[in-house]
Amino acid sequence: MSAFVDIPLEPAGVPHGRAMVERAEWAARAFATYDIASVRRIAMAAAQAGEAHARQLADAAVAETGFGVAEHKFLKNVACSIGIWNTYADDDYVSPVIDQARKIVEIPRPAGVVFALTPSTNPVATVMFKIMLCLLTRNAIIVSPHPYAKRCSAEAARVMRDAAIAAGAPDGCIQVLEEPSIPLINALMTDERVDVIVATGGTPMVRSAYRSGNPAIGVGPGNVPVLVDATADIPAAAARIVASKSFDNSILCTNESVLIAEEAIAERLQQAMKREGASFLDEEQVARVCGVIFEQGHFNTAWVGKSAAQIAEAAGIKVPKGTLILVAPFDLVVPEQVLAHEKLCPVLGWVTVPNAARGISAAMAVLRITGAGHSAAIHSEDPGTIMEYASRVRVLRVAVNVGNSLGSAGIETNLAPTMTIGTGFFGRSSVGENLQPAHLVNRTRIACNADARMPMPDFSGLDAWQAPQGAVPAYPLASNAAGAPAIEPRTNGRGDAATMAGDGTDELRDEIRRMVIEELRQIIKG
Amino acid sequence: MAIRYDPDVASPEQSPADDHPRYDYGVFSFASKAEVLEKSKEYWNPGKTQFWIDSGVPLVIDRREEYFIYDMSGKRLIDVHLNGGTYNLGHRNPEVVQAVTVAMQHFDVGNHHFPSLARTALAEALVASAPAGLTKVIYGSGGGEAIDIALKTARHATGKRRILSIVKAYHGHTGLAVGTGDERFSKLFLSDNPEDFPHVPFNDLAAMEEALQGRDIAAVIMETIPATYGFPLPEPGYLRAVKALCEKYDALYIADEVQTGLMRTGELWAITKEGITPDIMVTGKGISGGIYPIACVLVSERCAGWLTEDGFGHISTFGGAELGCIAAIKALEICSRTETRSMVHYISDFIGRGLRQIQATYPDWFIGIRQNGVVMGLEFDDPQGAKYVMKHLYENGVWAIFSTLDPRVLQYKPGILLKPEIAEELLDRTEVAIGKAYREVRGLRGSR
Ligand SMILES: Cc1ncc(COP(=O)(O)O)c(C=O)c1O
Repeated sequence: MSAFVDIPLEPAGVPHGRAMVERAEWAARAFATYDIASVRRIAMAAAQAGEAHARQLADAAVAETGFGVAEHKFLKNVACSIGIWNTYADDDYVSPVIDQARKIVEIPRPAGVVFALTPSTNPVATVMFKIMLCLLTRNAIIVSPHPYAKRCSAEAARVMRDAAIAAGAPDGCIQVLEEPSIPLINALMTDERVDVIVATGGTPMVRSAYRSGNPAIGVGPGNVPVLVDATADIPAAAARIVASKSFDNSILCTNESVLIAEEAIAERLQQAMKREGASFLDEEQVARVCGVIFEQGHFNTAWVGKSAAQIAEAAGIKVPKGTLILVAPFDLVVPEQVLAHEKLCPVLGWVTVPNAARGISAAMAVLRITGAGHSAAIHSEDPGTIMEYASRVRVLRVAVNVGNSLGSAGIETNLAPTMTIGTGFFGRSSVGENLQPAHLVNRTRIACNADARMPMPDFSGLDAWQAPQGAVPAYPLASNAAGAPAIEPRTNGRGDAATMAGDGTDELRDEIRRMVIEELRQIIKG
Repeated sequence: MAIRYDPDVASPEQSPADDHPRYDYGVFSFASKAEVLEKSKEYWNPGKTQFWIDSGVPLVIDRREEYFIYDMSGKRLIDVHLNGGTYNLGHRNPEVVQAVTVAMQHFDVGNHHFPSLARTALAEALVASAPAGLTKVIYGSGGGEAIDIALKTARHATGKRRILSIVKAYHGHTGLAVGTGDERFSKLFLSDNPEDFPHVPFNDLAAMEEALQGRDIAAVIMETIPATYGFPLPEPGYLRAVKALCEKYDALYIADEVQTGLMRTGELWAITKEGITPDIMVTGKGISGGIYPIACVLVSERCAGWLTEDGFGHISTFGGAELGCIAAIKALEICSRTETRSMVHYISDFIGRGLRQIQATYPDWFIGIRQNGVVMGLEFDDPQGAKYVMKHLYENGVWAIFSTLDPRVLQYKPGILLKPEIAEELLDRTEVAIGKAYREVRGLRGSR
């Protein structure tokens, strides 16, 4: 009998998830035909809705996850909704582009169904960010939120979905898993109908996205060194570092992890940082803080995004009021030193070095531990040092004289603003840039004969895409109801009817056909 | 089990030695398709078997999955007959198969006399899904039986005997149901009974009112869109007016949603699109998930009286078999999903558009599209037009059936979970087949 029994036993929730993928396939097909004007209208509407709910969703995220700073989350939500819109409003990932010189026309083609994994640390902002990227590029998206942040993430997706649909987006182009689970995520990651996975989250999840067999854009963890050399503007560096390290209680993967200070300015930097709200710990206090935030050599995720005051209290340490970050000095950047690892909380490692060259070596050591391909920061006025730093440390972005949290994330620099940092080949990722719309489209290239004697056809004035006519899909009215569509002549690129007679522009003939059909209908009825 | 013929890797000619059965299904086997056809005539139904051979559709369905059925030869067909929606969710839908397989570790048909777990759970789910006012569920083992239950219920509730239906209605072939339909099937068995089962023309309100005026009609039974008649669409407002007439002349309205229910029109029950709350509603076919036969009758409180007066009034060993209930719960759940509804709207839009384009190519042959969601009837300009198209569709890898009661019209019923690429393929094949049928009927040669 066995050959007849072939039942894939699917865990609960998986079939429903697959139904979402099927729906997304239809939505993606429809969306892929939209023109730029429609896309802009939709993206702007979703961005505005995101902005309008930025504060409420920031509060919801803090309430649900128990970490981060609502005010900072609000800023990120704004940046990832209307901010993304403002960045890309004039860009076009939709219309064909004609290159006369190369005799090539490029037609943007969206990926299709994007499966987007979003983290608990920046839940709402990442959901908004990925939705915006998908809307700008005409992709359908299924958001798979981190289970710890599923409610606020789903709410963010719904807010933007409703606005997008009201602005004419195709039904089902934004969906969210309300009950994410490991079996469900695994099932959808490996579902062949998913066109690309965009994974922001922990290393195991990112690696399994790459193993899925589907195209994937995954990003690795950060572990950010920040070098302050003797040429730096010390008060400014101190202010930026403390602000960045305390931003959203260090929840961004771009937050500074280890500060490397050149000895000549270390004392001044320390004093300046204290004025900005840094508390420097003594040896005994460092041990107590490490005892709290690390468990058997690993960062205890219970402390993700908790405040400096909460950590100090748990460690039984008195710190001045207004303390924003705790600074923990140590001697050497080596793997067995827990403070040299990534810390998603406002505890900053501190080492001093005799010169900039040693500082660069220390930064390289930080990246050997984790965070390869991610980001580093430097505060310096010496271009030579900066160049040396950037070319030796194994990261793909170096934020200069700016806090790294928002600097490498493209919010306080002119990098692409992002919630997803591509870690490239160093970090075993397919993308080395900040995730941006261009990563979610391919381009079909019309490549004409290069021979100069062959003229290039004139493609000017042709658009490949159309504005949708009404709701997509149309509500299934009965075909004899008022407003139901009639016969639809096929059209070619220039909008001419193409009938079998071949000369479809003959309107008279079409009219006669229509009359014949109508007559036949009457006869049949009568 | 022994070797199983796999059409993907071998043709029957290349199968093992002749003394070995080539088609081995475990509990039975056949040497060849010819043997099956021969024995089918000998032991089963000579008329039907020969009919399909003569019609150019010599199909013996073997493997089946998703919206594909495979002939014993290995030929693959996209199924847009779906046995009237039985395979709405595809063949052997994995979710339904899983639900029933798991249930079989615990349940069987059940004992029809006792209150039951699965029957109760399904009844609750059905009532929740249905138009307001339908509050109780009665089970049959198939559509015809469920229709009989509906008619008996109407008679009990009204104390009247006569049932009014439309000319060329089709509600099944059981004892009472057959009386509501075409004479072809009732006369054959001396079951025509025009006194108790008057018929009036479809879309004719005057005739309907005339028949109801005597106030001696227990119920009007209506397919929401008459399937076997080729899906002629009720004119806008027609069904609602019929319902109003029923109220005026104290007749019940029975909605036969056997083919139109379960999201096929883009709403779970087509009757809600008409804005009607029927007194009785019947579902069958697709509610089985295509896996375990079951049909259900939903009735209003007014009609439910006999369930209290004599709960043993209708006895059916297999009616509401528990495994069927489990298949139905799962099928109903899948049909009810937001995702499914959305997809039906997409599929309906896409296929409708594609068919209208084909129509623009053959406007004097492919003369009409009757469509409500994925319920579709394609009209051709020849008294037997749909039979030609059916044959060419078969040759080109699509299985769709002509309408028994109006062979000009092809029933074209895509699945509600159809994937975009299969929908595209379906349209390609359909266009070619319609063209070929056109040339055959018009005696033309060459390509158009
Ligand atoms: C509308 C309608 N009602 C009832 C039935 C009878 O169902 P069954 O064949 O399961 O008895 C059918 C079957 O084709 C049908 O199409």
